[in-house]
Amino acid sequence: MKETGENVGESSSRRNFLKKIGVGVGAVSVAGLAGTSILGRSKSKSGEKVKLLSTEGTLVEVDKEDIKLVKESVAEFKSEARKGLSGRKFAMVIDLAKCKNARKCVEACQEGHMLPKDHDWMKLYLLQDDHSTARYWFPRPCFHCDKPMCVSVCPVGATYKRDDGIVLIDNQRCIGCKFCMTGCPYSVRVFNWKDPEVKLPEGYVYDPEAGIPQVEGTVGKCIFCADKLRNNELPRCVSACPMGVLYFGDLLEDTVTNGNETVRFSKLMTDRAGYRFREDLGTLPSVYYLPPVQRSFPVESGLDDTDESVKGRYKNAGPR
Amino acid sequence: MLTEKKLLQDLTPEIETTGIRWYVTFLIFFLIFCVGIYALIQQIVKGHIVTGMRDNVVWGLYIVNFIFFMGLSYAGALISGVLHLFHTGWRKPVIRLAELLTVISLVIGPFFIFFCIGRLDRLPFLVMYPRIQSPITWDVIAISTDLVGCFLFLYLALIEDFAILRDYTDLHVKPWKKKAYKVLSLGFTGTEKEKKILSNARNVMAAMIIAIAIIVYSVLAWIFGVTLQPGWHSTIFGPYFVIAAVFSGTGLLIILMWIYRKVYHLEEYITKRHFVNVGVLLTIIAAFYGYFTFSDYLTKWYGSIKMDSMLIDKLFHDYFALFIFANYVGILLPCIIIAFPRFRTIRNITIAAVIAVTALWVNRYIIVIPTLETPFLPIQDTRPDWIRYSPTWIEWSLTLAGISVYGMLFMLVSKIAPIISISEMKEEDKIEIMK
Repeated sequence: MKETGENVGESSSRRNFLKKIGVGVGAVSVAGLAGTSILGRSKSKSGEKVKLLSTEGTLVEVDKEDIKLVKESVAEFKSEARKGLSGRKFAMVIDLAKCKNARKCVEACQEGHMLPKDHDWMKLYLLQDDHSTARYWFPRPCFHCDKPMCVSVCPVGATYKRDDGIVLIDNQRCIGCKFCMTGCPYSVRVFNWKDPEVKLPEGYVYDPEAGIPQVEGTVGKCIFCADKLRNNELPRCVSACPMGVLYFGDLLEDTVTNGNETVRFSKLMTDRAGYRFREDLGTLPSVYYLPPVQRSFPVESGLDDTDESVKGRYKNAGPR
Repeated sequence: MLTEKKLLQDLTPEIETTGIRWYVTFLIFFLIFCVGIYALIQQIVKGHIVTGMRDNVVWGLYIVNFIFFMGLSYAGALISGVLHLFHTGWRKPVIRLAELLTVISLVIGPFFIFFCIGRLDRLPFLVMYPRIQSPITWDVIAISTDLVGCFLFLYLALIEDFAILRDYTDLHVKPWKKKAYKVLSLGFTGTEKEKKILSNARNVMAAMIIAIAIIVYSVLAWIFGVTLQPGWHSTIFGPYFVIAAVFSGTGLLIILMWIYRKVYHLEEYITKRHFVNVGVLLTIIAAFYGYFTFSDYLTKWYGSIKMDSMLIDKLFHDYFALFIFANYVGILLPCIIIAFPRFRTIRNITIAAVIAVTALWVNRYIIVIPTLETPFLPIQDTRPDWIRYSPTWIEWSLTLAGISVYGMLFMLVSKIAPIISISEMKEEDKIEIMK
């Protein structure tokens, strides 16, 4: 996996690019063939050339008449999104020692998934377990549990667990009963209390892997940027974090990366005493934490450069 | 000796004529209902943002009302079901009220779930894509079964009355009503064989609705119980909810007895004896209910797992008045009023019932809301005004609309069916009943 510096807001992954211009993968593969045989055989073409991005990522030029529009249906996306990526088991490691509430992960997430400003799929908590213990910043994405309570209680199968470990939501299936929100012990899920007013590019098809667009009256949450993963890219929050707090990777490969360094997952866990939040709840999260020891920044510095509205969010932070 | 004519006159006050009082009351209910409809339209147009619910307290008044109304329907299972099976003589004048109360509560309850659901248009998905793992699916199955069962039980009890009304030549009603009685009485003529079949069917249904009712309310409790949330994740919740439901249903039955007695001058039929008997039932149930409440909170408080003690802390600070009212006043006061014979007047017993029912509603409120305000991770990094739940006028309007529909349905039923079962009153033990 490589780190990408691209602007997440443009969301110009190849898949989306093809979606936007309304040309499916199938059409491009025909175009690819056309360069060799089909074009050579028949000369009765329009002569008009069109530039297209192929699945390999190279720009190709084909005759306009060779392009067949293949409408990618929502149903197709959805069945793909239900299966997940085969042979993968995604996990995240969050190094609490490095987090200083820079909030870049939150911003990147909101921008990338076209969320309203009050929707936090990634949340930053200022935790203190007890009076006598230290305070620390605690980024909280969805934990993508292996025994997800939210999935168990969903009455219509709108939220589901995929083979690659990701828990997704189908916003076109969700009835908005909010049972998953009471089921989740980590307050991960957010509800679209009003129309999120997402401005979509023309011809955009709903993709549960990107979570775009959010639908009024349904539930949303962090989806590990399943759309990015399909393109072999890191989730938006991981790429955006300036501190390298967030590591993402594949447990089957035993590798995680924060974009700068790539490390063995098992070694990281052993060396740094990694743990999962509230293991006692038995939900088996896919998100691991490294304890906030020998921190790079004093915890207070997390509130230094933030405006009042952000400071207000931590007014009642303190020992529980 | 009561003649059939007198019975008919006394027990069907609304069937022949409609008084101005009926119209005025109905109009008031209807206006409240219209406000509720307006509120619902607001909610549908603007989204659930108009409610007081937010990302932490995702279930508010609607769910409270839902479990409350479903609980009220228990009067039917207990009074009509259990007392029917035990052939308790005195039940007969109040059995119709209990059955009606059951069906009407069951009809209204689920509407509050509909108000709570974000996508009302996708309601059919519950049956199109059901997942049996989800307690909501259990609920859909249980409630629909209960609705059919209780409706059948009520209808079986009405057949004989419809036959009496059909055969009564002096009845001055519109032709459509006569026709309706003819159809609804299913050709019942009162032969021994017919009576036997009907009686058997009612016995079977009585047993069944008791079982179904227990399942329905347990499933309702499990919606909360199966989650990991502090205060909800409790093994006692199933039986606790069942007993709470019987408590509220019995309380409401007393209130309805009082209203009907006053409005229709049924002093001759619903006597102090009924109030005392149902009241004693309420006391016994209150004792069980209080015991469950106490043992649930005691174990949470004494064991003091951090989340539980935080919840208890919240209940005893932010919700102190409500907690004391719901779990002390609401249980002990009705017990005291009814347990001591010298306090036992019809008025006092009714007051006790009003306190009991109100307290139970508050109890539902402090079961649902404080838990949602006590998540495992503290409520942080969220807009400050999203932290505390307070219901908006939209939610209150719809709550009142639910109550007004309750009233309207009772009033409409009184236009076609006797408010006390005539056929039951005709039977041999009427002297016993009247005592």
